[in-house]
Amino acid sequence: MAGELSGILEHVERIASLNLEGVEPTTHVVALENVLRADEPEPSLARELALEQAPDPDEGAFRVPSPAG
Amino acid sequence: MSPTGAGGAELRELSAAEAIGEIEAGELAADELFDAYAEAAGAESLNSYLWRAEAGTRAAGGEPLRGIPVAVKDLFCTEGIETTAGSRILAGYRPPYTATAVRRLAESGARLLGKTNMDEFAMGSSNENSAYGPVLNPWDETRVPGGSSGGSAAAVSARLAPWAIGTDTGGSIRQPAALCGIVGLKPTYGAVSRWGMVAFASSLDQCGPLTRTVDDAALMLGVMQGRDPRDSTSVGIEAGVRRPTRGDLKGVRVGVARDFSHHAEGVEPGVAELFERTLDLVGELGGELVDVELPHAEHGISAYYVIAPAEASANLARYDGVRYGLREDGEGELGTMYERTRSCGFGAEVKRRIMLGTYALSSGYYDAYYGRAQRVRTRIAEDFATAFERCDVIATPTSPSVAFELGAKSKDPLAMYLSDYFTVPMSLAGIPAISIPAGLAEPAGGGPQLPVGLQIAAPTFCETALLDAAHALEQAIAFDAHPGRRDS
Repeated sequence: MAGELSGILEHVERIASLNLEGVEPTTHVVALENVLRADEPEPSLARELALEQAPDPDEGAFRVPSPAG
Repeated sequence: MSPTGAGGAELRELSAAEAIGEIEAGELAADELFDAYAEAAGAESLNSYLWRAEAGTRAAGGEPLRGIPVAVKDLFCTEGIETTAGSRILAGYRPPYTATAVRRLAESGARLLGKTNMDEFAMGSSNENSAYGPVLNPWDETRVPGGSSGGSAAAVSARLAPWAIGTDTGGSIRQPAALCGIVGLKPTYGAVSRWGMVAFASSLDQCGPLTRTVDDAALMLGVMQGRDPRDSTSVGIEAGVRRPTRGDLKGVRVGVARDFSHHAEGVEPGVAELFERTLDLVGELGGELVDVELPHAEHGISAYYVIAPAEASANLARYDGVRYGLREDGEGELGTMYERTRSCGFGAEVKRRIMLGTYALSSGYYDAYYGRAQRVRTRIAEDFATAFERCDVIATPTSPSVAFELGAKSKDPLAMYLSDYFTVPMSLAGIPAISIPAGLAEPAGGGPQLPVGLQIAAPTFCETALLDAAHALEQAIAFDAHPGRRDS
């Protein structure tokens, strides 16, 4: 995989030769500003549903192994 | 026994709009159509579906789609129905909600026929990156259907679905549509809500139709598009989407960029020849061919393979074995659990892109890669804006080649990436683009003829003009071959 990644980066580096002086980077392709909606409360996902797909749910929470090992 | 023959084969020849017409006229029952497709999908040999509804499933079918079945790429969340994104890491995942695009189709009277196979997390141009096996091209089962929406394209082409939805980040609707001989539309970024669509590269991902006719694409986009409070980047198409009726191109200026057309390096002779023939049709239809320049389009692939992996590396951080999806045993240690889960859950291409993306975003390299790529993106968008001052739409081949053989590019990621040479710039610029069948051509290495796509692009939110131009060319090209009938 190292060889493949090098090959891809080599291709990508072709853009290094372009003169991009003064060009603004794209942040969003459609001009949008401050998209807000009314702050209306809506029912949220039920806890049981949110936990239904969890590999190891426990007492209403997601259980994980210890970060300390 | 259906009066229309074994397996409802004749019913499955109808376009979605034709089927709706027959249902409205009382000549066809929506349930009969649904069962014909469900039975055909259940007996398929292309591996285009990952999940199928059973024949006999009954659901309400309201206006305006009247119960027409729809196939949905497995990248869209469907409540209670397995959604894998083609990945092992989401095997068995049943989402607690349905994507807005799918919900809008259902509310418009469409019925879910199945979930289609795809490249893992929509990363690929051949469908060989699915964790559930490749999809075969219905025109030649030794070849790929394109990707990443290859299951959707193969199913529509093989009459296993009347139409389907897919997603397009750099060509994932248009390229498989071209390779399977159908219509594929990537709308303007923001036309359709991304809510409930498993994220790959959020600034590029867009949902769109894969259909057999341009009119069906307009019909489907019309019901799916619109602003969604749950996706702040969705704006919808303010003017709406009008069904196309145009049969000519009078007054339409069609731009062609010499260096970004059939003259580009790596375009197969058969593809180039059909593209030239299509340009002749523009004049015959009363349109005007205009030379334009897209000097930065050739750098699209370079910019794309920085931006898309960078965004993917962030989006895919969520698959950590904690809240849903696969968890591998970490022998009591959290870090080991993350590492094993992601090592086992992701395929090679996904890992490759996560590594590329994190590298491009890393301290010290950010400006050289991500910063530069986003500036090239600005240049590409400016090139299109300048070109559209002189023309109404721009035409290119959709893909440099016809469908290639399974395995032909799977060992060479860069060669695979270059399949999207013509489709990536439109994604980077956020503009709408459609692929329609241009005809059949012999592959460069010889063999039976295969479909070639024509890509047409338009300025942002000009979907109606785009669909009109595509419709006029579709009528003139009169492509009516399909995998079961090549001699048209």
